[in-house]
Amino acid sequence: MNINPEDFFFSGDGHEKTPLFERHQKLKATMIEFGGWCMPVQYTAVIEEHRATRSAAGIFDICHMGEIEVRGTGARDLLQSVMSRNLDGQEIGQMRLSVMPNVRGGIIDDLTVYKLGEEHYMVVTNAVTKDGDWEWIRKAQKEKGFRGVTSGTSATPRARSICRGRSHKSSFRRLHREILPPLKFYHFMSTEVLGIPSIVSRSGYTGEDGFEIYADSRRIGEIFDALLSAGTPTGLKPVGLGARDTLRIESGMMLYGHEMDETVTPYEVVYGWLVDLTKEFTGCEALRKQKEEGVKKKLIGFEMMDRGIARHGYKVFGNGREIGRVTSGTFAPTLSKAVGFAFVDRTHDSPGAEIGIEIRGQQAKARVVPLTVL
Amino acid sequence: MAKPNPTDRKYTKEHEWALDQGSGVVVMGITDHAQELLTDIVYVELPKVGKKVKQMETVAVVESVKSVSDVYSPVSARSSKSTAGSRMSLS
Repeated sequence: MNINPEDFFFSGDGHEKTPLFERHQKLKATMIEFGGWCMPVQYTAVIEEHRATRSAAGIFDICHMGEIEVRGTGARDLLQSVMSRNLDGQEIGQMRLSVMPNVRGGIIDDLTVYKLGEEHYMVVTNAVTKDGDWEWIRKAQKEKGFRGVTSGTSATPRARSICRGRSHKSSFRRLHREILPPLKFYHFMSTEVLGIPSIVSRSGYTGEDGFEIYADSRRIGEIFDALLSAGTPTGLKPVGLGARDTLRIESGMMLYGHEMDETVTPYEVVYGWLVDLTKEFTGCEALRKQKEEGVKKKLIGFEMMDRGIARHGYKVFGNGREIGRVTSGTFAPTLSKAVGFAFVDRTHDSPGAEIGIEIRGQQAKARVVPLTVL
Repeated sequence: MAKPNPTDRKYTKEHEWALDQGSGVVVMGITDHAQELLTDIVYVELPKVGKKVKQMETVAVVESVKSVSDVYSPVSARSSKSTAGSRMSLS
C-alpha cells in the first residue's frame, strides 16, 4: 500500500512547535506539518475524536493561528479601510468575523476582529496568512498616513487553547460552569482562567458551542491540562487537525487555502454578508462591480450519492461538461456520508442539482446541498 | 503495539500479505499494522471478479477519512472472489 510514513511519523524537525508540543507527544499524537507548524493530526482516531466533540466536548491546540494587535489613534479607521465588514457599532468585548480583500476583491484572509478597547483591536488570522496580513495592514497604515497607530504581532506570543462541545452536554457544561466565564456567542472578555490572565471568547469552528482561550505561551499548558483532566471523566477528548477538518466540513465551514484564496471573492463563497458596500475599503470598487454583474463561479456544498470520497482537486461535471473542481471533501462521521465543497459554474449551483465528480477515472454521482452558515 | 504478523503467509514491504491455499488459490489482504496506521477506513474498493493484475499492480483501493491508499497485489493473479474482511472498520 502507498502509506507514506512521513504522514504518520513526522518528527517536526525544522518546523515551529506550539507551547503544547510536549503535551501532544505525551498523549502520543500523530504529528504533521501544517502551515509551517508541527501539529497533531490525531491522538487516537479521527472519527472517535469527531464523535467526542459532537457528543461531549473536544479540546484543540490552535496556537498556530496568528494574532495582530492594532492600537492607537486611528486604529479603528485603519481597520475600516482594510476590512470588508463594517466595524461601526462594534462594542468593546465583541468580536466580528471579516474578510480582508485585495484591490481585486480577492480574499487575503478571513479573520476575526476583537475590540479590546477604544482604538485597540486584536485581529486573529489563519496560520499561513499571518505574516502577509500584517504586511498588508502596515502598508495601508503607511499609505493612508495613520501615524498614531502601532501594529504588531504580540510581543509575548499569546497561545491559544480551545475547548468546544455541545453546551447541553454535561462535560462541556461543567467546564463552562467551573472554569470558563459566562459569555454570549461572539463575545469575549479579559479575565483569569485558573488565576492565569487570559482572553476568553465564545466562538469556534466545529459547528458546536465553544470557547477560545488566549494566554501567555508559558502558561497555556496549565490551562490545557486543567481542562483536559476536568473534562475527561465526562467524555472530553483532545482533538487533532483531522477531526477539526471533518467537523468544519460537515458544518459547512470554509477553510482558507481550500475554499478561499486571493483569487476568490467573498461573493463567490458564502461571505457576501461580510461585505458592506456603503463604506470605503480596499477592494470595494471591484466588489461593487462584481455585485452588479454577478459572479461567474460559485461555491457549493455537495453530498455523494455514489460510493467514494471526492477530495481536493477532483473534477466536477454537469451535463457531461467539466464545470469545476472540488475544494474539500471528506467522509462526514455524524452524517455517515461523504460530503464536501466545490467551485462550479452558475449553471449547477442550485441545491438539488445533480453533478458528477471524477473519482479515480470514473464519474460518481453527487447532489448539490445548501451551505449552512454561521 | 501491533501483534506480530502471522508466520503462515508472505508479506510485501508495503503491508500486503498473500496466503497460499494450494491448487493455485491465493488469499491476499493488508496487515493489521497498515489498518492501524490508517485508523479510519471508510471505503474499500475491491476488484471485480475476473480482473487480472500483475504483481505489485494496484488491485484495490482503501479510503480512510484523510487518505486514499492503493493496495498492490502481492502476486500476479486473476480475482475470483473479494470481500471486505470482518476486521475492516466500515463505519
